[in-house]
Amino acid sequence: MTVQAIPQNAAPNHELPDLIWPEKSGDIPDWIYTDPRVYELEQKRIFQGATWNYVGLEVEIPKRGDFIRSYVGSVPVIVVRDLREQVRVFENRCAHRGAEFCKSYRGNSRSFVCPYHHWTYDLTGKLAGVPFRNGVDGKGGYPEDFNLSDHNLRSLNVTVLGGAIFASFSQDMPSLEDYLGPELYGEFTTIFSGRKLKMLGIHRNVLQGNWKLYQENLKDPYHATLLHTYLTTFGLFVAGNKTGIVADKDGRHSALLNAKPEGRPDNDASKAEIRSFKAAMQLADPSILEFNKEFDSPWTSSAITIWPNLILIRQLNILSLRMIVPQGPNEFMLVWTAFGYEDDSPELEQHRLRQNNIFGPGGFLGIDDNEALRFVQDGIKRSLPRHGVASLGKDVEPMDTVITDRAIRSMYKHYREVMGL
Amino acid sequence: MQAAAPNVADKATLRELRAAIEDFHCDYAAELDRGDIEKWPNFFTDDALYRVIARDNHEAGMPLCLMLCQGMGMFKDRAYAIKHTEMYAPRYVQHHVSLVRVTGFDGTHATAEANYTILETLVDEPTKLLQAGRYMDKFRLQPDGSLLLAERHCIFDSVIVSNCVVFPV
Ligand SMILES: [Fe+2]
Repeated sequence: MTVQAIPQNAAPNHELPDLIWPEKSGDIPDWIYTDPRVYELEQKRIFQGATWNYVGLEVEIPKRGDFIRSYVGSVPVIVVRDLREQVRVFENRCAHRGAEFCKSYRGNSRSFVCPYHHWTYDLTGKLAGVPFRNGVDGKGGYPEDFNLSDHNLRSLNVTVLGGAIFASFSQDMPSLEDYLGPELYGEFTTIFSGRKLKMLGIHRNVLQGNWKLYQENLKDPYHATLLHTYLTTFGLFVAGNKTGIVADKDGRHSALLNAKPEGRPDNDASKAEIRSFKAAMQLADPSILEFNKEFDSPWTSSAITIWPNLILIRQLNILSLRMIVPQGPNEFMLVWTAFGYEDDSPELEQHRLRQNNIFGPGGFLGIDDNEALRFVQDGIKRSLPRHGVASLGKDVEPMDTVITDRAIRSMYKHYREVMGL
Repeated sequence: MQAAAPNVADKATLRELRAAIEDFHCDYAAELDRGDIEKWPNFFTDDALYRVIARDNHEAGMPLCLMLCQGMGMFKDRAYAIKHTEMYAPRYVQHHVSLVRVTGFDGTHATAEANYTILETLVDEPTKLLQAGRYMDKFRLQPDGSLLLAERHCIFDSVIVSNCVVFPV
């Protein structure tokens, strides 16, 4: 059973004629963050449409029968390694009466049994058996024409790249390589090169904001030098750093690239604009910001957004994924996965763990962003409607400035096409 | 966590220890709830280990922490970051510590456990539960008879973090 994919160039939206996108370039209407009809349409046209959605890592399900809970958009799914070692993704919804039957974060099983009426599925999602199919003593039971194969779990299209698992409700998808485009594929495979990964752990987090604000946040280098005083104070990122932005041809995905200068940025002319810069501060334990160069890349950080549900971050020696799970217009879950490589030395693993203090819902930067997004959602949902402004920079200019909103604008250009808005 | 030697103390010593540890919890909670974050590192030894970790990660053997400090430098840097570099809405926090149990004492180190809850209150919002968890502590007896934490592992059941945890647990 498959869901019909919505083509990339979907027809204009006639169901929401009252929603009119502002004329001015860079203006973003409030209702995309708050209107429940927009939210529902996003689920259909984006998350259940022609997109690859990150659902987990192969290293989370190394053995046959291993499974994890995950999501595609708001839909709960199970990611499982079947008996032939193939990775499968199916809806976490019993085909019988709709129960979300798997309630564990992870586990290992030979089959999935819905606890309600014991319908049993094999690891490929096929319905393997139902109790009392023929009733008892010739009475009751399912009708003659009842076919087990009509009631399999809804199975998603799956692809795996370098250990990262993606799923799609569309069966007609380009390869992930083509979906990402050459630049983003390059950034992605710098991290997911096929080298065996090691899970360090997961932060599970609910944010009080619209899910798109999170994509915007990672396409917004402007805020990084202003909101994140920790970055500027300790020299990780200042406006004068060597930087770049790359995007795919559709403008959906992007990567913000940055090369941290050696030492502290006391001579950076751009600091004068930044109120948050604290010139005199040194870390009591500077080892946390040490950088062990481990990739053949000129960039010390790469913040990659993959449409629609993944942020992939490489910051110094932090490797981290953030999966976006929308939960209504005003809220989303964020599942942060920190990882390293199987062949990391114990020292490097410790270093990654220490450095991970920067991110997550208790992190030096994580707190800033989570709070800022909440401020935005509070403002938008409680005030009179008014357009947001994302007009920094030009759409066509060299890719080497951070004082630009171009990646946000290109995302919304694509969004409007798919949504017909 | 490195366990202290199993209990070699008599019942009276253990009762005394528990009273001292309960006093410690009171002071620790009072200082954090008052909001004087730069005093927080003073509750730890110079070589202390501090971890705030989701129960889910802890039980799956995954070491990622919500907060991790190894050594006094990292305590001071977190305190500084909270006070001077992080951006967050103003809030009150309130720690509640209960069911204190001393699990071992070897003359210099005492291991102990306790349950904790933290309530958080933001402007124009009702108070909510921020964390429910368990402390697994290792105290080091100081020459003057006082206690400092050599290890504190805060293992929280409230795995889904609502927005963020700003102050230490
Ligand atoms: Fe940020």
